[in-house]
Amino acid sequence: MSPERKTRSELEAPERYRQVIDYELCKRCKKCVNECSFRALEFVDGRVEPVGGCVACGRCINVCPADAIEIRMLPSQFPPHANFNERVRRAIMSQASTGGVLLTSCGTDVSHPVVFDEMLLDAAQVTNPAIDPLREPVETATFVGKRPGAIEVHEDGDRFRMGDDPGPMIAMDMPIMIGHISLGSVSYNAQKALFMAANELNILAGSGEGGLHKDFLPFAKNIVSEVASGRFGVTGEYLKRTAAVEIKIGQGAKPGHGGHLPGEKVSALISQTRMIPMGTDALSPYPHHDIYSIEDLQQLLSVVKESTEYKVPVGVKIAAVHNIGAIASGAVRAGADFITIDGFRGGTGSTPRIIRDHVGLPIEVAVSVVDQRLTKEGLRNKVTVFAGGSIRSSADMIKAIALGADSVMICTAALVAMGCRVCQQCHRGICSWGIATQREELVARLDPAIASARVVRLLRSWNEELKEVMGAMGIDSVEALVGNRDRLRYFGPNPRIAEIMGVKHVGEGWG
Amino acid sequence: MTKAEAFRRALGPTTDDSHITRLDSGAVSVRANAEDVPRQHMGYRELNEVVRRLIAAGEKHIVLEGVVGQRYIASTASAKDLYIEIHGTPGNDLGAFLDGPTIEVFGNAQDQTGNTMNAGRIIVHGNAWDVTGFAARGGTILIKGNTGYRVGIHMKEYCGVHPTLVIGGTAKDYLGEYMAGGTIVILNLNAAISRSPVGLNVGAGIHGGKMLIRGRVQKHQLGPGASTASLSQADIEELEPIVKEFEKAFAVEAPRAYERWTKVVPTSSRPFSGHYDPTCV
Repeated sequence: MSPERKTRSELEAPERYRQVIDYELCKRCKKCVNECSFRALEFVDGRVEPVGGCVACGRCINVCPADAIEIRMLPSQFPPHANFNERVRRAIMSQASTGGVLLTSCGTDVSHPVVFDEMLLDAAQVTNPAIDPLREPVETATFVGKRPGAIEVHEDGDRFRMGDDPGPMIAMDMPIMIGHISLGSVSYNAQKALFMAANELNILAGSGEGGLHKDFLPFAKNIVSEVASGRFGVTGEYLKRTAAVEIKIGQGAKPGHGGHLPGEKVSALISQTRMIPMGTDALSPYPHHDIYSIEDLQQLLSVVKESTEYKVPVGVKIAAVHNIGAIASGAVRAGADFITIDGFRGGTGSTPRIIRDHVGLPIEVAVSVVDQRLTKEGLRNKVTVFAGGSIRSSADMIKAIALGADSVMICTAALVAMGCRVCQQCHRGICSWGIATQREELVARLDPAIASARVVRLLRSWNEELKEVMGAMGIDSVEALVGNRDRLRYFGPNPRIAEIMGVKHVGEGWG
Repeated sequence: MTKAEAFRRALGPTTDDSHITRLDSGAVSVRANAEDVPRQHMGYRELNEVVRRLIAAGEKHIVLEGVVGQRYIASTASAKDLYIEIHGTPGNDLGAFLDGPTIEVFGNAQDQTGNTMNAGRIIVHGNAWDVTGFAARGGTILIKGNTGYRVGIHMKEYCGVHPTLVIGGTAKDYLGEYMAGGTIVILNLNAAISRSPVGLNVGAGIHGGKMLIRGRVQKHQLGPGASTASLSQADIEELEPIVKEFEKAFAVEAPRAYERWTKVVPTSSRPFSGHYDPTCV
């Protein structure tokens, strides 16, 4: 990674943000200067001065005891042009200076249409009674693993016994999984907070591809370990002790792309956990080099199942790409007990911007296509489907479930609950909130207990909102909402999308 | 309870153990195919289940006879003093996630031998094909014969753990791709030293570790991020015990002539650091 740019030539892009200090309120405590990990503030001649490089992470605003700082966007330097907009021109200027592939993080910030926002939910009136979730049970427990399809019961003398063992299943209290955010992309404290939250909520959280720190083994029953193309930290114990194993083929923010944890972030801790040399770039190959086909995928699924003695569900995560239906079908036929579909708006700790902003398809379309395809092929009832890739609210969650997901997977929302401002600088490893960094002094800013409590409160509130909506629809179990497109109507500009998703247009009734 | 009874009990009441015999040496032998009936053999699940039960019963020397392509044998096995002897042809992913035992194959191995291996030894008295030693981070793999494509890719080392892969014959394209640590040795025993024993794109994206190759590696054979050098005294000192181990394992003699060997090493531990622009806000 090239050194950070501080001095700008006259041809380089101007600053995008500027901190404005109210010197009448400023106490000269220098807290903002000390807390700015982007070194965009300095104390010069007895006062705080912005010196460039601000990314609007907002740390200074929040730590200022005098409320003396605001951050302003500086749009005025660019002559308005809707086509060659500021974003386009800034990218050109930056690449003309560095000659590099633009690197970014978080989910895409391009204003692509969000189909979630173009759908409306249904409610019960007269013909089907609504349920009051505060006074009547509304079940949100969600099961992860291979579905038995039909349950066989055999008579055995005066007893009954079940037929074939349906295989391992995990119960979660709500249809939410915290996605795979690796140690490396985020800090020890951040990952600890996520695991603590998952443990308290009795849901699952992903380990990410960076292995599992030994301190996190107590949370193993809430952790889905990940086998990605780099095989970082993948050992027999890692596979056997966690609740489930996921083979990561792709990630929504970078379909078809590998991982690249820059050497700056490969500290002693990361080297130990990922089992790689310190200070080198941690490169995840683009494909798994033992998987070039569905048959090869079946082989890796099988070796993981053999390794875990068929005691934990083993699934596959795939990025939402245009042929997602067939790929998902292949993954299920290859033996995946669950599949995770990651839409193109999903987050990342580092990705080329070109891929993040332009590759893949939205989760709304992907999950409904997969659900329909698997249903048509008689496979849907055998597998658990997770949908992720920018689930921002309980409304997105409810719509994703109605489009065919058993559960959603969330990442960015949990990080925002912990302090993340989505400034898209994770790849630089100097996150001022102590989340996407390995620098000890920054990591120490994040208190896992406080952060975890915030994630717990967020997800509990989403689950309560889910119950409210299910109650209003007259549905008392979330399983009855899965793939229930009849409770959705499309309310946007492109009815063709609705048709593909199998969702009726607003105004169409049930008949 | 006699040892035999303890062994039977550990196998469980439902397993038909007619294919399991105790050898005079004390080892336990498992027949994976029906000797007299063609195309009759144990499925991989059944065979691996038996092997796991035997390991759990404390067996230290397991002999698998008539192995006909059963996959995933001994995956995640972790007993350091366990020795598994395989006669026949084990299938793909032999010794995946292996963490301590020794596996010796009297025959050829197939693809992905020693996949993501952590510790232990795998010795193959024959060829082993594609993706051998994939992502290994510890232990030793010795292949007497030749290997296929993408061998030893993404091997890595850390904190004193160091994988070693020795190939008696040749390797095809993409040897040591993404390599982040460890040592790959190509002995090129079956051909003249003037013939390069490796294919194209050797060490593509290599950012750690080294490959020591008996013979020449020309520039056009190297992948991005790889470079060649001659062996240093330190390399030879590292190599000597590895070659001796190979000679001992297969009872062969390997020529030295270290001055005609080639070393492939990374040009940088961060081969793609200049590729990206992280500064655009």
